[in-house]
Parts: sequence; structure tokens; C-alpha cells
Amino acid sequence: METILTVSNLTKKFGYLTAVKDLSFSIEKGNVYGILGPNGSGKSTTLGIVLNVVNRTSGNFTWFDGHTSTHEALKKVGAIIERPNFYPYMSALQNLKLVSKIKEVPEDRIEETLQLVGLWERKDSKFRTYSLGMKQRLAIASALLNDPEILILDEPTNGLDPQGIHQIRQIIKKIASQGTTILLASHLLDEVEKVCSHVVILRKGEKLYSGPVEDMMASHGFLELKCRDTSALVDILSGDERFGKIEESLGLVTVVLREKMDPGELNEHLFKKGIVLTHLVMRRESLEEQFLNLTKSQSN
Amino acid sequence: MKRLLQIEFIKLWNNRSSRILIISYFVLLTSIALVAAIKFDIGPIQFHLADQGIFNFPYIWHFNTFVTAFFKLFLAIVIVSMMSNEYSNKTIKQNLIDGLSKKEFVLSKFLTVISFALISTVFVFAVSMILGLIYSDYDELSIIFSDLEFLLAYFVKLVGFFSFCLFLGVLVKRSAFALGFLILWQVFEGFVRGMIRWKLFDSETTDTVMGFFPLNSMFNLVKEPFTRLNAVQSVANQIGEKVSLNYHVHTYEILIVLTWTFIFISSSYWILKKRDL
Repeated sequence: METILTVSNLTKKFGYLTAVKDLSFSIEKGNVYGILGPNGSGKSTTLGIVLNVVNRTSGNFTWFDGHTSTHEALKKVGAIIERPNFYPYMSALQNLKLVSKIKEVPEDRIEETLQLVGLWERKDSKFRTYSLGMKQRLAIASALLNDPEILILDEPTNGLDPQGIHQIRQIIKKIASQGTTILLASHLLDEVEKVCSHVVILRKGEKLYSGPVEDMMASHGFLELKCRDTSALVDILSGDERFGKIEESLGLVTVVLREKMDPGELNEHLFKKGIVLTHLVMRRESLEEQFLNLTKSQSN
Repeated sequence: MKRLLQIEFIKLWNNRSSRILIISYFVLLTSIALVAAIKFDIGPIQFHLADQGIFNFPYIWHFNTFVTAFFKLFLAIVIVSMMSNEYSNKTIKQNLIDGLSKKEFVLSKFLTVISFALISTVFVFAVSMILGLIYSDYDELSIIFSDLEFLLAYFVKLVGFFSFCLFLGVLVKRSAFALGFLILWQVFEGFVRGMIRWKLFDSETTDTVMGFFPLNSMFNLVKEPFTRLNAVQSVANQIGEKVSLNYHVHTYEILIVLTWTFIFISSSYWILKKRDL
């Protein structure tokens, strides 16, 4: 597999504070990555370092095959960090022309990208007249100008209204479906869960986990069950080796699976015992629950 | 190099206030021609400034480069704000992320500074040439093209001064404060001169020492031209004052300013490299 970015033993200190501590991970082509972590866990600092705006204290990072200088590599990268930064007195079109000059790409993709983010009609309005959502979408258009190998997004939906968040998500999904590698930093987990295949989890500048989302926890998921006679159901389940913790609230029984199980089989088994289920759902833990478990278990 | 200049041109020309300042700067450069129109006609006293020899070749090179240098303050504002705006809009961050290296960033600004200085020099050359051809008493080619070192000095002076502005913009990050700092520095140099003259050296040594300070060294490049005027000299002679005439451009003075330019530009780069954005 083709490696796009390799980060090895990266450390950044701001005075006494260590923002990033001995961080290593790598980004492979074609995957969608999420960098997760609470506020102040070093996500933005890490991105700042690989994007040439923050100086590293120690450690290393290489783009692509390792033979390209950072600023040359960045011409093949599309990135948006924190707030969209453009020249307020220039129109969207003028701003994108400037970015094309910097990235050394022809200007003919400007229309395509502005269409994609739905700003073509407003192309001649000055940047300062844009709403935050429009600014953020212009930033995405600008990041896509060079048809990037990887798109880096740092908190792309921060501060947007629900409609804006939805629009940005749709755009991200569209881009991801075209096979572009994406690195998405966020503390909003459902956002990451919806689009990412791999995650890197940070806490206080340290890496807790990196790898595919499914492998994050070796769990077989859990079942949600409802029936008329809840106590009988709980009795049967607690006598069975294959089930772990059982919780009951408001008539809903939640039971953790110890091994892989076919829900149909369980339904049949219970029916034979005289229990008719009115509700049966098999679920995996959400990324949020997994994330909380992981950060909690590490802090103890 | 062309790419860097184009980038900077897009940024500057689309900014209305920069555009207005740049245009008014060049209008002012041309307005020196209006001096020719100064004419008093009060009964017996007839005075026409253009007839006083200020437009004579080669004196005009000296006079015009000295006078027009005062207008550089307009461009100073443009340069300081083109630098500090990159900080306040955080566009410098975006530029770097988009793939401009820090070196290219400083270089693009420096190239702009050089272009401003070059265009100004060409402008002053053209305006002086036209004025001279109209009013000069001498029009032999050898005289017209003598003393052109004033134009070189003018160019170096502008490059040095604008580089100083650029450096202040990088250092202070806010245009108003950077301009304030520039004025403060001017006052500081004046203060140092006063202290040195008062406590340490005689007037000549003071001048030599002060010649190494940035703003003073830039000012020294083109010395005041008024005492060269015949009218002024004859007045001075009448009251028994001997005016010393050391108005030439010296190579070491150019070197001092070029050294400062180098220091300013490389420290701008150094600051940018050290800073986390």
C-alpha cells in the first residue's frame, strides 16, 4: 500500500507544556482517517506540524516517499485548519486564483470546485460578506483545487448551524466516495463514525490507539431485547455462558455478547422456552462509547 | 520569481486602500513637476523657481531624488500593512499550508519591495529627464548623463527603507504599531545623535558614527541639495560663510545600507522560521 504520510516520534513542547508526545502513525492511500481526542489533546498541533506552520521540538515526519520537501508536498495536499483564512477584501474567485498561483495549478478547476460546494453563484462576492458556513465551504473548494492526494480537515463543522454541518458532511462523503484519502480531526465522534475507516486517538498529546475502527475494541457487540415477561428473560440469559453483563431499564434488556452469535438463533431458542420477543436489535458499541471506554481505562 | 511577484500583485492590487496609496504615491512623484510652476511676480521682484537652476542637468538628478524620497512614506504604509495584514487575516498560515515555503514568502515580499524601488527610480528618472529637457540651461548629452549615481543611491535608499518597513511588519505584526515603531526609531536615532554629540565626540565623529545607523545611513545616501544652488551659495558667500560641498554618493554609504537591507530581510526570514503560526 502507498504511504502518504509517516509521522515518527513527533514531540512538540510549548514551554513546560507538552502538546504532542512521541507520536507515531502513518496514513495509507485510499482510507479515511479520523484523529480523535478531546479539546487540547494535540490534534491541531500535530496537523500544524505536518503542514509546516508549527515547528516541531523533536521527531520526524515525511510526506509521500520521503524525498519531497514539505512545501512541495503540500502542493499535493488540500488542508483546512480551524478557521477559514482568506483575504477578506477579495472575492471568492480572486482568492481561488491566488491559491492556484501558490499551488501552481491551472485555474480551470475553480469553477468545478465552486460548483461542488455550491458557491458558484456567489463567486464575485467579497469573502468578508460570506457567512461562516460559506467561508468553510470556500475553504473546502480551495483545498480541492489541486485535486489533492489527501484532504486534511481540522474541525470542519465547528461553529456551523445544523444545516451547515449537514452540507459539509455531504461534501465530505462525496469526496470520500471518489477515493480521496481524508484525514479528519474532530472531537465530534458521530461525525468521525459516519465517514472514517481508521482512527488515531489522542489524549494529552499521547496516542492511545491507531488502526481500523472495527478493531478498536475486541467486542462482539450487544443485544437489545424486549418481551412481556422481562424477569423470565433475564433468568434464561443469566444462566447462559455466552452472555456477559445484563442490564435492564424501562423494560429494555441490554445484554453484552461474549462470543459471535446469530440473533435469529437466539430468537428461536427463546421462543422454544416460551418467550416471545417484541424487540430484538443487535448493535455494536458506538464510537463514542468505545472512545469513552478507551480514554477512561487509560486514565485509571 | 515571476510567480512570486504575481502572487504579491494579486494580493496588493485587489486591496482598495493599497491601490489608492500606490496610485497617489506615483501621482505625487509626478507632482514634483509642479514645482516648475512656482512663480512670484510682485512688482520689481520676479521669481521663477524653474529659472533658479534647480532643473539644470546634472543638478536635477540630485534635487529630484532628494525631494521625491520624502514620498516614500506612502509606500511604507503599503508595505507595513501588506505584511501585517497577512498576520491579522492569518492568510500567512494558509499560504504556507497551500504550499508556499517560508523562504518563498519572504522572497515574494522582498521582490515586491525591489519592484517598488525600481519603478520609483524609473519614474523619477523619466520625470526629471522631461523637466530637465524643458528647463535645463545645458543640454549636452555628456552633461545630461553625468551624476547618475544619485539615481542608484535613490534606488538603494528605497530598497533599504522598505526592507526596514517589511522587517517591522514581520516583527510587530500590527501595521499601526509597526509604523509607530518606525517613528519611535527615528526619534531614537535622533536621541542617540544628541547624546553622542553631547558626551562623546565632536561633530565630525558623531556624523561618522551615526552613518552606521539604519535610518541615518539611508538619509546620508542622497544629501541635501539646497546648498549647491548658486543662489544659496552666493548668499552664503556674501555673509562670509563657507559652505562645504561634500554631496557625492560614497560607495561605503551604499554598502552600509545594503548591509542593513541584508540584515532586515534575513532576520525577517529567521523570525518567520522560528515562529509558530
